[in-house]
Amino acid sequence: MAVSETVAATSPTATTPTPRTPRRAPRGRNAAYWLYLLPGAVLFVLVIGAPLVGTVYLSLTKWSGIGDPTFVGFDNYQRLLHDDVFWASFRNTVAMIVAMVVVPTVLGLLLASVLFDVIGRRFKPRTAAALRAAFYLPQVLPVVVAGIVWGWILRPDGAFNSLLDAVGLGALRHDWLGDPGTALPAVMAVMIWVQIGYPVVVFMAALQRVDPELYEAAEVDGANWLHRFRAITLPQIRPETFVVALTCTIAALKVFGPIFALTRGGPENATNVPSYFAYYTFFKKLQVGYGSAISTVLTLIIVVVAAVFIGMQARSERRDRGF
Amino acid sequence: MAVTLTPVPVHRPVRDRHHRGVSRWVVLVLVTLGALVMLVPFAFMLLNAFKSPGDYSSGGPLSWPTEFYTKGLRTYWTAVNFPLKLWNSALIAGSVAVLGVVVSLLNAYALGIGRVRGRLWIVGLFLLANMLPQEALIYPLYYVAKEVGLYNTRLAVIIIFTVIQSAFGTYLLASVLGTFPRSLLEAAALDGAGKWTVLWRVVFPNLRPTLAVLLIFFFIWTWNEFLIPLVMLIDNQTQTIPVALASLQGDRLMDAPTTNAGALISLVPAILFFLIFQRTLARGITAGAEK
Repeated sequence: MAVSETVAATSPTATTPTPRTPRRAPRGRNAAYWLYLLPGAVLFVLVIGAPLVGTVYLSLTKWSGIGDPTFVGFDNYQRLLHDDVFWASFRNTVAMIVAMVVVPTVLGLLLASVLFDVIGRRFKPRTAAALRAAFYLPQVLPVVVAGIVWGWILRPDGAFNSLLDAVGLGALRHDWLGDPGTALPAVMAVMIWVQIGYPVVVFMAALQRVDPELYEAAEVDGANWLHRFRAITLPQIRPETFVVALTCTIAALKVFGPIFALTRGGPENATNVPSYFAYYTFFKKLQVGYGSAISTVLTLIIVVVAAVFIGMQARSERRDRGF
Repeated sequence: MAVTLTPVPVHRPVRDRHHRGVSRWVVLVLVTLGALVMLVPFAFMLLNAFKSPGDYSSGGPLSWPTEFYTKGLRTYWTAVNFPLKLWNSALIAGSVAVLGVVVSLLNAYALGIGRVRGRLWIVGLFLLANMLPQEALIYPLYYVAKEVGLYNTRLAVIIIFTVIQSAFGTYLLASVLGTFPRSLLEAAALDGAGKWTVLWRVVFPNLRPTLAVLLIFFFIWTWNEFLIPLVMLIDNQTQTIPVALASLQGDRLMDAPTTNAGALISLVPAILFFLIFQRTLARGITAGAEK
């Protein structure tokens, strides 16, 4: 989740200019470095490569996990096409992308910009840091803990309904997670709460490397906050925006823990997602072949999304260099 | 410099100060309200973690506790054997952090400094591995772990996450090492240092701030992981904090105050890392920028 933060944190090291010394080492000298790759490569094959191949193979079989798998070709994939639960789970993924990528990125941009540009500069820096910490706090607790607390808050006898009563809106009392009509919006709200701090922190770190003279010059020219936001903030932190959007989209496609803790995909699959659907098919229904097909499709989608993102990023960087 | 030399029209700062004097306070109030909303769930948790079940059922979730009740906390602490869960989480996350950093460093040394052939593809492969959904690996891993007797052991989880985290670490460190000053390496080579010596005497000390950041992140990420521990760790002796908390959910033992008490205890370590991690991260940034 916090992938790009590490990138942001260490990018100064990465961008340290190095004198380009033309260097063509004899091949034999470089070959010795393969030894250093050996432990990592062996582990990689055992823990990632082989299991991935195994899952793709199992997706072509019918298997309960005991005895030998039966090869059935593309039967599982055919079944997926006609499985309403599968389609529902992907529709819910779109909702998760809205809740975990679109809303947090937009709100995060605004918040980071306001915290940095208005509050950080017009009030004490400590004020901005304290507010940032409040927004970031949900990011540090295990997502299952967040899910359990929110599960209780949204229960029929939970804190949210009591709060509605207390402010005179008792008529709106509801079993928020138990009603198929409200479960998905409720889960989305929780995910926004969980995710918002991540873009705020990344974008604030990004703004710190923007030359303050840009803002000062714009201010002297009479640019208001919105002008500065559009003309300086947005273009300057585009690399971080891209990283945030990519990592959050992948997190949204893979989301599992919060769904497990909040609703276990229910009620009536209203909050089911591919990850939970695969888990359930593997370990509750013991349909390993079918679960593998779900996992394989999810993997393919993630690879395609990542490839499209990285391609777009490369193209926009080339365009920037062109000017 | 040109900015400070430009004579500022007299009317502008006056109008600006007036304008901002009002709006900045509006902005501050709005953002503070937003921050308070973010904290409300934590307030609910704190409020209800110290209530007795009777207190909760008569007063509801919003009332002030009538007594300082700590039995919920103690019930959770003993019912889940929290110290053991804490140890399991710390052992797993700590081992993964250290091993993951070592494997990342070795990989990145070969890729970033050694520039072995096909390194771009290899780095891409590692990046991809980090993005994969864990469902695409879990069943074969679960099956093989059972076959070789690693099922329900912390070692299985340690090995798996060492590889998953180091996939990201390799990607990151390889790009950092790609720009490592060649002059340092050449100077060491002139002194007769071999590759192993260069790695530990030249590259490692220079990379320490970045490695520290990576170490903290690996620790936190592994600590918060859920799916693989949920599948791999089935009994009380091996489970981590998130798995233990989730498997108690729905248990009759978990009345509302105990749920909140459990959540509260479970997030204390996370908050502690948050404090440690902030400092380390700041150090990582400054150390990187100074070079």
